[in-house]
Parts: sequence; C-alpha cells; structure tokens
Amino acid sequence: MATDITPDHLRKLVLAQLPDAQVNVGLFSGDDHFEMEVVWSGFSGKSRVAQHQIVYAALGDNMHQAVHALALKTRAE
Amino acid sequence: MTDTVHQQIDNLVHEQDIVLFMKGTPQFPQCGFSQRVAAMLEQQGISYAAVNVLLDPAIREGIKSYTDWPTIPQLYVKAEFVGGCDIITEMHESGELAELLAPFKK
Repeated sequence: MATDITPDHLRKLVLAQLPDAQVNVGLFSGDDHFEMEVVWSGFSGKSRVAQHQIVYAALGDNMHQAVHALALKTRAE
Repeated sequence: MTDTVHQQIDNLVHEQDIVLFMKGTPQFPQCGFSQRVAAMLEQQGISYAAVNVLLDPAIREGIKSYTDWPTIPQLYVKAEFVGGCDIITEMHESGELAELLAPFKK
C-alpha cells in the first residue's frame, strides 16, 4: 500500500516534540513498516511504557493510519 | 459507549493474573507481533488468558484508549499494562520477563 510517510517525516515529528533527542528511523519491510530508536535525556527515570507513550504521542494520528508497524526502542542515554 | 468498553476491558484484565490482547489466538496468531509475544509467554511456562481483538471491533479500538497505547498486542499482569511487542521482547532478552512472571509459573 502506498503511503506518503517516510522515515525522515517520522523523525521530524519526534524532533518537533523532543528537539534534543537523537532519533534514528529506518524501514524494515515494505514502505510502511518502520523501526525507530529514540535516545533522549528526558526519558531518564521514566518507565519503558511511559517512554514509548511520549514517542507515540509525538507521532500522533500517524500511528493509527500511515504507520502499519513501528518497532520502537527508547532509552535515556 | 467508550465507558462500557473500558469497563469490559477492566473486567477482563482483572479476571486472570496474565492477560494478552492479541490478533488471533496463541494457536493461530494473525499477526507477527502477536505471535512473538505469545511465543515468549509460552516459553515462560505460565498460563494466561488470550483475548482475540479481531473478534470484537469495540475491544480492538477500546484497548488502545484504555491504556493510551496505539498498538496490539498488549500484555497485562495483575491488571497492570506491561507493554507491547517491543517492550516484552526487551524484557524477555534481559530476563526481566522471567522475573516478572516467575510467581505465576504452573
């Protein structure tokens, strides 16, 4: 299925909310299966669930539409 | 409407110690991510309840707002949300999953 969302687009969405984060995004299958790693000092002291929720919130509605699958890894440093 | 579904989900996660919301069933998973989490739970030698969200569109959508988590599968232990496929995989690899589930071994 064609989609307009690219890894770079997702990267910019996260950086818009977490400007000082390191964000790496790639594709692992097709054009709508993404993998992302986010390293952000603000994750410090937060549970994995809370860290992922912050990233999902930054991606907004894209999580429900264009992004079919997202393999996500987060850490504070 | 949403409140009813959330109440229904709340009842489900309190019914058993370990509850997995997934696409398909442990025997016939309908999604690779659900399959991976079911397989990791099998390895732990625990029994758990699996809820096939594909059978109920209201639960399939409701579970996402219940936890503020946009994806399925979702694992609950003692009614607490533990994580989706990525988090369970990390916990499986680090040994945290075995530790968390040890009290529930058969």
